[in-house]
Parts: sequence; C-alpha cells; structure tokens
Amino acid sequence: MGGVFHAAILFLVAAGLQLVFGVQKIFNLACGSFYALGAYTGVSAVAFFTGHGGPPTLFVIPLALGGLAVGLVGLVVERGLLRFVYDRDETFQLLLTFALVLMLEDLIRLTWGTAPASTGGLYLAYGQVRLLGATVPVYNLIVIAASLAIALGMGFTLTRTAFGRIIRAAADNREMAEALGVDMRGVYARVFTLGTMLGTLGGALVIPATAAMSEMGIELIVEAFAVVVIGGLGSMRGAFLGALVVGVLRSMAISIYPELEMLLIYLIVIAVLLWRPRGLFGAAAA
Amino acid sequence: MRTGVVLGGMGAAVVVLPLIAPPYHVTLMLPFMAYGVVLLGFNLLFGYTGLVSFGHALFIGIGAYAAAVLTTKLGVRHMELILPVAALAAALAAAPVGALCVRYVKIYFGMLTLAFGMVFYTFLLKFYRLTGGDEGMRMLRPSLFGSEWAGFNKTAYLVGPYYYFSLAVLVVATLVMWRIVGSPFGLCLKTIRDNPLKAESLGVSVPRYRWYAFMISAVYAAVGGALLAPPTGNVDPTLAYWTHSGNVVFMVLLGGFASFFGPLVGAFAFIFLQDTVMSVFPYWRLIFGAMLAFIVIFAPGGLMGLFARRGPVEVSRR
Repeated sequence: MGGVFHAAILFLVAAGLQLVFGVQKIFNLACGSFYALGAYTGVSAVAFFTGHGGPPTLFVIPLALGGLAVGLVGLVVERGLLRFVYDRDETFQLLLTFALVLMLEDLIRLTWGTAPASTGGLYLAYGQVRLLGATVPVYNLIVIAASLAIALGMGFTLTRTAFGRIIRAAADNREMAEALGVDMRGVYARVFTLGTMLGTLGGALVIPATAAMSEMGIELIVEAFAVVVIGGLGSMRGAFLGALVVGVLRSMAISIYPELEMLLIYLIVIAVLLWRPRGLFGAAAA
Repeated sequence: MRTGVVLGGMGAAVVVLPLIAPPYHVTLMLPFMAYGVVLLGFNLLFGYTGLVSFGHALFIGIGAYAAAVLTTKLGVRHMELILPVAALAAALAAAPVGALCVRYVKIYFGMLTLAFGMVFYTFLLKFYRLTGGDEGMRMLRPSLFGSEWAGFNKTAYLVGPYYYFSLAVLVVATLVMWRIVGSPFGLCLKTIRDNPLKAESLGVSVPRYRWYAFMISAVYAAVGGALLAPPTGNVDPTLAYWTHSGNVVFMVLLGGFASFFGPLVGAFAFIFLQDTVMSVFPYWRLIFGAMLAFIVIFAPGGLMGLFARRGPVEVSRR
C-alpha cells in the first residue's frame, strides 16, 4: 500500500513531465525541483493555517491550495526563460532546465534553510484503517483518490474538451496547429504552467508523510524519469502505469532486498530503453 | 602564430605558478587540471561527435574509485600504474555501455547514459561493504615519479610533485586529443555530427565511430577522475551522481564546445568562479544556474565564442 501511495505522488510529477514533453518536446529536468518547491510551500501553508487557528483536520485544504498556487512559478519560468529556446537544439533546452534545477535548489535553501521541514503529526490526523491485512493511514487513501481523480480529469480534458483537442493537435504537429489559428504562445504558457502545477501539487501532498528536504527534488527527478521511460515518453497512460510499476516495485524491493531498491528500477529502465525505446505502453495521445 | 604565443605564455605561467602563487590557488589548479582531462574527452563526444552524455560522471566515478581501491585495498601506490588501470576499468565498462548507448541519439542517448550513471551511483551507495556506501573510501597518497615524497606534508606534496604530475598528464592528454581530432578519425566524427546519412553513404560506420568516441571519452573521464581523488583524499558516490554529469556539460558549455580549447577554458573558469562566488555567497548554485541560463539563451558559444567574435578587433587594434 505504501507503494501505491508513492505511485500516486509519482504519477502527478510524471504527468507534468509528460505533458510538457508531449507538447513542447522539452524534457524538463526541473520537474523534481518544482516538486520540492511544492513540498516546502505546503509546509509553510499548513504552518500558517494552523498558526492562525485553523482546525488541524482541514489541513489538506491549505496544503493543496499552496501546492497549486506555487505552481504559477511555471508561468514565470516559461515566459521568462523557456520561450527563448524553443527553436534551439534540444540539448540546450535540456541544459536550460538543468540551470533551473541549480537555481531552484539554492532558492529553496535560501528561503527555507537547510534543515528538513515537516508538518509534524498531521499525517495521522485522519486516523488509520486496516486494509488487506495492513494498517494504512487514511491520508494515504485521500491522496490516492485525489491522484486518481486528477488522472481521470486529465484524461477527460485531453479527449473530450476543446482545450484538450488543441493540446493534442499541438503535440502532434505544431506548424499545422498554428496554421489553423491556434495561438501557440498561449498554449505553451498554459501547458507548462499546468505541468508545473502537477509537480508542485505532488510535492505538497507528499509532505505530511515525509519531511521536506532540499535534495528531494534532484532525487525524485530520476524516479520520475524512470516512470516516463517505462511508460513511454509523452504518454499520459504511460505515466499512470509507469508510476504504478515504479512505486510498487520499489516498495517490494525495499521489503525483500533493500540493496536492490533503486538499482532494480534503473535496470528495468535500461532494459526498456534498449528493448522498446518508445516505452512499454507506446505513445498514446498527448 | 598568435595561438602559439598565447599557448606558450600560458604554459610558462602554469609551470612557474607553484613558485609564485599562494598555495591555496595552486591547489585550486589541481581540480582544474583533472576536469581539464575529463572535459577534453567529453568534448570529443559533445563538440565533435554531437552526442550529449548526461551520465559522464559514471566514468569519473569509475576512475576515482579504481584509484581508491588500488591504494587502500590492493596496496598499489604508484600513480603511474593507477592511471592506466583506471583507464582500463573505464574502457571495460564503456565497451558494453557505449555499444548500447550509441544506437540512440539526442535525448534518448542522454537518458540512457543518465540511467547507466545512476545504476553505478546506486551500486556505490547501497553495496556498503564493497564501496563504503555514502561515506565513500579513503584515497591514500600515491607515489609519483617513483618516490613516496615522505618528507612532504600534504600541502607541499600537492603544490609540488602532484601539481607537476597532473600538469604532465594534462599536457599529454591534450597532445593526444589534438592528434585524435586532427586525424582522419576525428574528421569522420565531425562528419557524423553534421550529417550522419552522408557519413554512412561515404562508407563510415556511424555506430562504430560513435562507439570509439564514447570509449575514448570514457577513458579520459576515468583518468581525470583518478586525478581528482588524491587532493581530497576521499572518494564518495556523489562523484557519479547525475548532477555531477550536468556540471560536466555545464563546464564544456561555459568554455565553448565548438573550440578545441573551450573545455579547458570552461574547467578553469568553472573552478575559479565557483571558488570566488562561494567565498562571498554560499549559494553558488543560484548564481551558476543563472549564468548557465544566460549562456544557453544569449551565448551558446561559451567564453571561447565571445572571444572568437571579439578576437579580430583586438588584433587590428594592436
């Protein structure tokens, strides 16, 4: 069950990564940093909320709102930096996101300090339930449900709404979409902001369970990277299944043979890249 | 001609530096020379072949750990022996890894190298009994030029014999790389970068040449990695972490990947800028990230690119 909780968080970050890669063809190394940013903002938002007399049982509301709000950083990044490099070689795009990783890591240290930050005992504020022979915090179930709802909502948006159609058109053929009158600047700005928000929300939702640390971002990016490679770059369904594979395998490996934990994941990644570079679940829509 | 004068002047300055500069700045030259070797090899892949590895720290790590294992566990103390062993270890690792990676280009090549780098990193981190885990391993002082230098304290050893040993390695590595990029092999690599289809139709085996370039750059990285170990006296898994690979790409880009000496300029600028920035402001990544963003957006040619554009103006003024 811990694996599924982890998978739910991973899915949010990986979905942001996929969305940006699918539409803008940029592999965003900074998605892990956005995740860390969301985590710290979540801690601060909850501390502010409870500090002003908010009931502890409602802490998820400021947590999620904080995570979503700080995602607007994505808009600044896209307009301020990324839009200059869309016509460059993808190596330079990758390096620009690496520059973001460096900057955000120190910005977080500068703002919140180097000590780990946590929300204290709120993790078990909703109690625990027994499920399939294991004790599971109710909070985990809430996050899993929220992540599922977001997955369904995104699936619905991408396949059933006008905005979703535009996104898929932009992902398929940028020039054609532009020729048909789609304002690509607006689409890119919105897509990147949305992708960032998914990452920051994922970060905010994880922190009741673990403390926020400044290295959490650069560590998560390699996991999110494993998810999208296993699932297939640019595929939303791939992000979902890839997150499940990585999350569950990781928690199984931890309990059976801890040394293998991440090693196993990377070996699977390499096998997938060599055997089916498009990912196990192919490139589906957006 | 002008390049010759510049190089000669710089060579002389580097040789006399330990005699005139404070020891602190001389010790800063050691990582510069080690990274210089790494980056020369890296740029054969990046600048000349057009492949960006995001896992080059793998081979730096292999070199550094090979050196540490040799000195602490196997009792081999001759640096002249350690470097070839590190190079051999890297070549053995790079042969299968490279053969798999060069089947892909661009972002897939970068991701695959990153994944291999992280496999090695987790191996170093998790197999505590073999590698010392996150604490890493000690690197004992190696003997140089057949002598133990027993009478020297650590600083005297580093600014004296070790400095000249590193310099010698860097000079040899530079000369060899100069020959490589000027050879028909080097020209083939450039053709592959610019037009792989044409190279293929001219009879150049593209994957095989990429594979050779990958192996050469891995060997350079391992030699540089082994050189990194003695000054710190310790090796740890962060040497193989993916951000370290990112820094390697950063350094090359800072110096200028389009020029032969760009990587050396980049290594020098990176090490000394990092030291300067850190002495006034502990959050060097913030500054360096902004710098990298600036380079990517406004000056993709790096420092050498700026220099090249302004070069003729300065000449005419003289």
